[in-house]
Amino acid sequence: MDQFLANFSLLLEFPVVNLKIIIDGVMIGALFALSAYGLALVWGVMNVKNLAQGDFVIAGGYVAWALSKQGIHPLLGVPAAFVVLWIVGWIIYKLIITRVIERDLFTSLLATFGIAIIIAQVLNLLFGSDTQSIALKYKTLYFMDGFIDIPIAKLLGVLMASALAAGVVLFMKFSRMGQAIRATAQDARAARVLGINTEKVYAFTFSLNAAICGAAGAIVVMVWVIQPFYGITHSIRSFVIVTAAGLGNLPGVIAAGLGIGALEQYGAHIFGIGYQQAVAVLLLLLVLLIRLMQQKRVRKSLQ
Amino acid sequence: MKTKRLVFYAALLAFTVLAPYLLPDFKTQLATLWLMIIVAITWDMTGGQMGYNSLGNIFFYGTGMYVAAVVTIAIPFDVGDYTNAFSDRIYEFTDTQYFVGTLVGTLAAGVFCALSALVIGYITFGLRGPYFAIGTLGVAIAAGELVSNWEWVGGGQGISLPVFPYDLELGKQFFYFLFAGTGVAAFAFAKWLYSTRFGAAINAIRDDEEKAEAMGIHTMRYKLTAWSLSAFFVGIAGGISAFQLIHFEPLETAYQTINLGIFMVVCVLLGGKGTLWGPVVGAIVFHLFKEVTWNYFLGWQWVALGTLIVVTVVYFRDGIMGWLMHTRPEWFGIRIESKQGEAPS
Repeated sequence: MDQFLANFSLLLEFPVVNLKIIIDGVMIGALFALSAYGLALVWGVMNVKNLAQGDFVIAGGYVAWALSKQGIHPLLGVPAAFVVLWIVGWIIYKLIITRVIERDLFTSLLATFGIAIIIAQVLNLLFGSDTQSIALKYKTLYFMDGFIDIPIAKLLGVLMASALAAGVVLFMKFSRMGQAIRATAQDARAARVLGINTEKVYAFTFSLNAAICGAAGAIVVMVWVIQPFYGITHSIRSFVIVTAAGLGNLPGVIAAGLGIGALEQYGAHIFGIGYQQAVAVLLLLLVLLIRLMQQKRVRKSLQ
Repeated sequence: MKTKRLVFYAALLAFTVLAPYLLPDFKTQLATLWLMIIVAITWDMTGGQMGYNSLGNIFFYGTGMYVAAVVTIAIPFDVGDYTNAFSDRIYEFTDTQYFVGTLVGTLAAGVFCALSALVIGYITFGLRGPYFAIGTLGVAIAAGELVSNWEWVGGGQGISLPVFPYDLELGKQFFYFLFAGTGVAAFAFAKWLYSTRFGAAINAIRDDEEKAEAMGIHTMRYKLTAWSLSAFFVGIAGGISAFQLIHFEPLETAYQTINLGIFMVVCVLLGGKGTLWGPVVGAIVFHLFKEVTWNYFLGWQWVALGTLIVVTVVYFRDGIMGWLMHTRPEWFGIRIESKQGEAPS
C-alpha cells in the first residue's frame, strides 16, 4: 500500500511524469481504438459480438513478424497483414459466422470464443509461446530535458493507425459498399427489400473487421510485444471501449480508446506492471456498472 | 414405468459406489469426471433453466479453493506465516486437523461462495444477455489477477496443503467419494428443484423476464437464490479440489477461466441446455473427448477443443438430449397426437 501511495505522490510532485504516461498511453490507445472500431462495426451491422477480435490482432502481428524474419521491411507487413487477415476473416465468416447471425447473442459469443481458442493455439504451435516484437531502427526524440522520449517508430505507428482509420471512415462514407453496409446496419430487412445483397455485405464487413485488426496487429508488433495468448486482453479492451462509447459513435470510440490506453498506463505506474491485466478487466467492470446505473435511472423515470 | 425408473436410478447409484473398485486405475479420472458433472449441473441451473449465461462460475471454484485452504490453515496456524514460509519452517498437520480442516474448510467454501454470489449477483444481474456473460467473465479474470498479487494467500505461488495422511490409493478413493457424494447431492437437488414452483419461476424468467415480473415474480430474488444455490455446490467442489490437488496457484488452477470455466459451458451445450440429464451426459462425453485428445493429439488438443465448441454451438445447438427429444420423443413420455386423417408430424 505504501508503495502505491509513493508512486501516486510521484505523479503529483513531477507533473512531467503525467505527460509521459499520457503520451505513452495515447500512442497505444490509438491501436486499441482501431480494433474496437472493427468490433463496433461487426456488432452494429450484424449483431455479432466477436470475442476473437484480439486474436485477429495477434495473428496480424505474427504475419508482419514472420515477413520481417524473411527480410521484408516491417512497414510492408501492415498491408500484408491486412490482406492475409481479410482472407482469414472471409473463410471464418463463410464457415461459421454466417450460421450464427440470426441466432441469440450468447451463441455468437461462444462460437467466436471457440475461434479465439483455435487461433491462439494454432499461433502457439506455429510460432512458439515466446513474446515477439520487431525492433525498428529509428531514432528516439527527446523533449523536456530527456524526461519525455518518443520513439519515431511509435509515432509512425500512430500515424499509420490514423491513416487506416481515416481510410475506413472515408470508405464507409463515400463508397457504394460503405453505403450498403450502413444501410444494412440501420435495417437489414429494408436493405434487402431495396436490393442490397445483405449476405455479401455481412461477409464484407466481417472480412474488413478482421483486416483492420490484422493491420492494427502489424503495428502493435512494431511498438509493443505480441504473444499467442495476449489476444483475450485485446478483446476485452475492445469490449471496454465499445461498451463505454456505444455503437456507431466513432469519435466516442477514438476518445475511449485513447482514454483506456492512458488509464492502463496510469494503473501500471501506480500499482505496478503485475496489475496491468487486472486494470484492463476492472475498467470493463467499471464501465458496465456505470452503464447499469444509467439504465436504472431511465427505468425509474418511466415508472 | 415407475419401477423401471427406480431400477434405473438404483443401478446408476450402485455403479457410482462400485466404480472405484471396478476401475481401480481410474479413480482420479472418475473423480475429475464427477467434478465436471457438478460444475455442469450447477451451470445449467442459471444458464439453461434461467437463461442467464454466466462465463464466470469459475470464480466460485477458485474462491472455494482459497476459502477451504485458508480455513484449514487458519485453524492451527497463522495464514500469512504459513504461505510465506520457506524450507526453514515445517508445518505438520495432525490427522484430526486434516480431516476437521477438510470438512470445515469445504463447507465454509460452499457457504462463502453462496454469499458472494448474492453480492456479485446483486450487481451483475442488472446486465442482460451478452453483457451478463462478459461481466461475469470479467469478475472471474479480475479475481484471478487480484489474488495472484495478494501475498497473504501466497500471491502467484499459490498455496500448498498437507497431503492425505494415509495410504495414497485410499486418498484417491476418499476424494472420489467426496466428489461423487457432492455430485449425487447436486443432481438430486436439481431434480427436486426443477419440479417445484421455484423451477417453474426460473423457467419463466428464461422465457420472458418482463412478463414474469408482470406476473408478480420477484425476479431479482429468484435470480439471486438460483445463482447462490449453484455457487454453493461449485464452492464445495472447489474446496475438495484444493485438497485433492495438494498444491494450487491462482491463474492456471484456481481461476482457470479458459479451462474449466469454459469446459462447463461446453459440457452443458453438448449435452443439451435446460434439461436435467443434459449436463451429466455432456460432461461424460466431453470428458472422454478431452482425455482422448489430450492423450493422443497432444499439442493439437486446444485446436480440437475449439473446434468442438464451434461445432457444438453452430451445428448441434440442441445438444445430445435435445437431439434425442426430437428423434425419440416417446423415451421422454412426449406423445405426438395426430388428428385423424392427418399424417403425424
